[in-house]
Amino acid sequence: MAEYQNIFTRVQIRSPAYEGVPLPRGTWVRQGKPFFVHLFGRFGDAQVGPFYLGTTGLLSLLCGFIAFEIIGLNMLASVNWNVVQFIRLLPWLALEPPAPSNGLHFPRLQDGGWWLMAGFFLTSSLLLWWLRMYRRARALGMGTHVAWAFAAAIWLYLVLGIIRPVLMGSFGEAVPFGIFPHLDWVAAFSLRYGNLFYNPFHCLSIAFLYGSALLFAMHGGTILAVSRYGGEREIEQILDRGTAAERAALFWRWTMGFNATMESIHRWAWWFAVLCPLTGGIGILLTGTVVDNWYLWAVKHHVAPMYPQVWPTVIDPATLPGAPK
Amino acid sequence: MDKVMMTRRARHAPLVLVTCVAALALLAGCERPPVEAKQGGYRGTGMDTLINPRSDAIIAVKNEIPEALPAASPDGPLASTVYQNVQVLKDLSVGQFTRVMLAMTQWVAPKDQACNYCHGSNMASDDRYTKVVARRMLQMVRHINSDWKDHVGKTGVTCYTCHRGNAVPQYVWFESPSESKGKGLAAANADLFSPQATIGHTSLPYDPFTEYLLGDANIRVISNEALPGSDNNSIQHTEATYALMTSMSGSLGVNCTYCHNSRSFAVWDSSTPKRTTAWYGIRMVRNLNVDYLVPLTSTFPKHRLGVLGDVAKINCATCHQGVFKPLYGVSMAKDYPELQGVYQHPDAVAPATDAPAAPAPTAALTPAAAGEAGGRVGQH
Repeated sequence: MAEYQNIFTRVQIRSPAYEGVPLPRGTWVRQGKPFFVHLFGRFGDAQVGPFYLGTTGLLSLLCGFIAFEIIGLNMLASVNWNVVQFIRLLPWLALEPPAPSNGLHFPRLQDGGWWLMAGFFLTSSLLLWWLRMYRRARALGMGTHVAWAFAAAIWLYLVLGIIRPVLMGSFGEAVPFGIFPHLDWVAAFSLRYGNLFYNPFHCLSIAFLYGSALLFAMHGGTILAVSRYGGEREIEQILDRGTAAERAALFWRWTMGFNATMESIHRWAWWFAVLCPLTGGIGILLTGTVVDNWYLWAVKHHVAPMYPQVWPTVIDPATLPGAPK
Repeated sequence: MDKVMMTRRARHAPLVLVTCVAALALLAGCERPPVEAKQGGYRGTGMDTLINPRSDAIIAVKNEIPEALPAASPDGPLASTVYQNVQVLKDLSVGQFTRVMLAMTQWVAPKDQACNYCHGSNMASDDRYTKVVARRMLQMVRHINSDWKDHVGKTGVTCYTCHRGNAVPQYVWFESPSESKGKGLAAANADLFSPQATIGHTSLPYDPFTEYLLGDANIRVISNEALPGSDNNSIQHTEATYALMTSMSGSLGVNCTYCHNSRSFAVWDSSTPKRTTAWYGIRMVRNLNVDYLVPLTSTFPKHRLGVLGDVAKINCATCHQGVFKPLYGVSMAKDYPELQGVYQHPDAVAPATDAPAAPAPTAALTPAAAGEAGGRVGQH
């Protein structure tokens, strides 16, 4: 080994560029002569290209661009086409969904129609990109695991942007486009529906989110720790367990009494990551449609613990006779 | 070898520096420690009040109260019999009356103008708008001290609670025109405003005051039932409410758990008693804006009005100014019995009392009587 490697790859090995497996058939071919970028090699693979855009890729970029432009130009219009103000206020700018009173009608463009249009093109872009991912995986003879993981994220996006608003009967229930506006929406959403922390699917989603980070740290740490024995060659280790795999396995048996295998850890990681938006999406879908106040729901089902009162009982003053309005 | 290591370190120095500066820039929005958490509720429930001694010290200096003027005797002839055109402080002796005038000069009038801020050569004349406003404000102070004990308690208020030496209190609000500039198809369906400190620089609806502190729009957006059906409040409505609550939090320098149990912002029986005080506070502000400030719109000259021609109005910050209790709960009003009372019209007073001459002990008044008297004053 040349030297100890930290965050960045210190040693780059140059071999002739890899062109990929032959494409069985298809209208498009991979384009461009592959080249190497040293800086990329510091983080990952130094090889760039060959490229494959394809029909779905091209359409996806086009739709994404249209959505991006609709959102950006609406924001720019809101600051009177002043570019300096646009940059200064960008985090606060928004393209808002139609007002709640609009229901599910298609409103005038300036009353939320742009929002619907941006949503349509962004959704098209995402779905086309999903299709591209699926097809590219198939073209390489791979499994389609990445595409399905992406689909889990798209599910959460669709629930937030269209499925739940349609079930609620109002586009106004959907998320605005904008940096701070969508964050404020999240806070208001939890407030309106009585604290999302009492939503069990929200709990599951958080468990899978944190679990993903935990598994990532455990797996990354383990492989790096045994890379001096060739542990990073995981695929070989799956087929022919070497001393790296044996040591890693023993380490976990010693420290937590049980270990994943070189192969199963990846299934664990994939499922944790996929279940995060999958359960999260279910939680959002149930909010307002099936449960209106998660705290009261949790009290009703004895999920929320009760704590001793430390103050004198507080009564809603609005219920007292002669209360001011 | 050492030399090699050193060269490497030197080569990486800019990268490390840039990383450190970037990391510090990310912290720019944070409050510098120390932040102390004071437990309020049951252990482990996070019902804490967050205190920063450093910023508290800065605020404390701004909340030092001026020394009270020497007390005046309620005895002697009534001001209304000695001076002309006394409409509100009719129940005060000449000594008390003069004391109130001096206090107002100290608390409100610009230093270089003093009495002249409100009075011309003819002290009785109402030709200066400031005097007309001041009269109404005196009625307001008495109204607050007698009818809004649910909010101000025994602490009460004086002119100084809001004015703090300024002719116009530092924290007032006006209605603002939206900054959205797009026309036609490019017009946005949501109002745009520059980030405002009043709502914590969030992107929430900019003006929660017109709707909630001038109007009496419903603030409660959270469903009272576990299951849907009873409540149709929208996310947008919730955001407006949230903006109001954010402004209250900033005005009082407290976090949400000062009033609410954050596990359920709606439920009253797990809220702190402070929430009740705040509830009355919201009603008080509505009442004062509608009955005392808006009717003064035509009295004020144009330069005192907002862009849309509306009068300066109050919100929580007007009195609180970043403190959970204005002036840290020190009662200036107790030193000024002149501001406690409500003028009682001779017809409304029980016979054979010397109430008009006394500094009107409000504790003796029943709430109903005080309300009636206050209302009567309000019509005058």
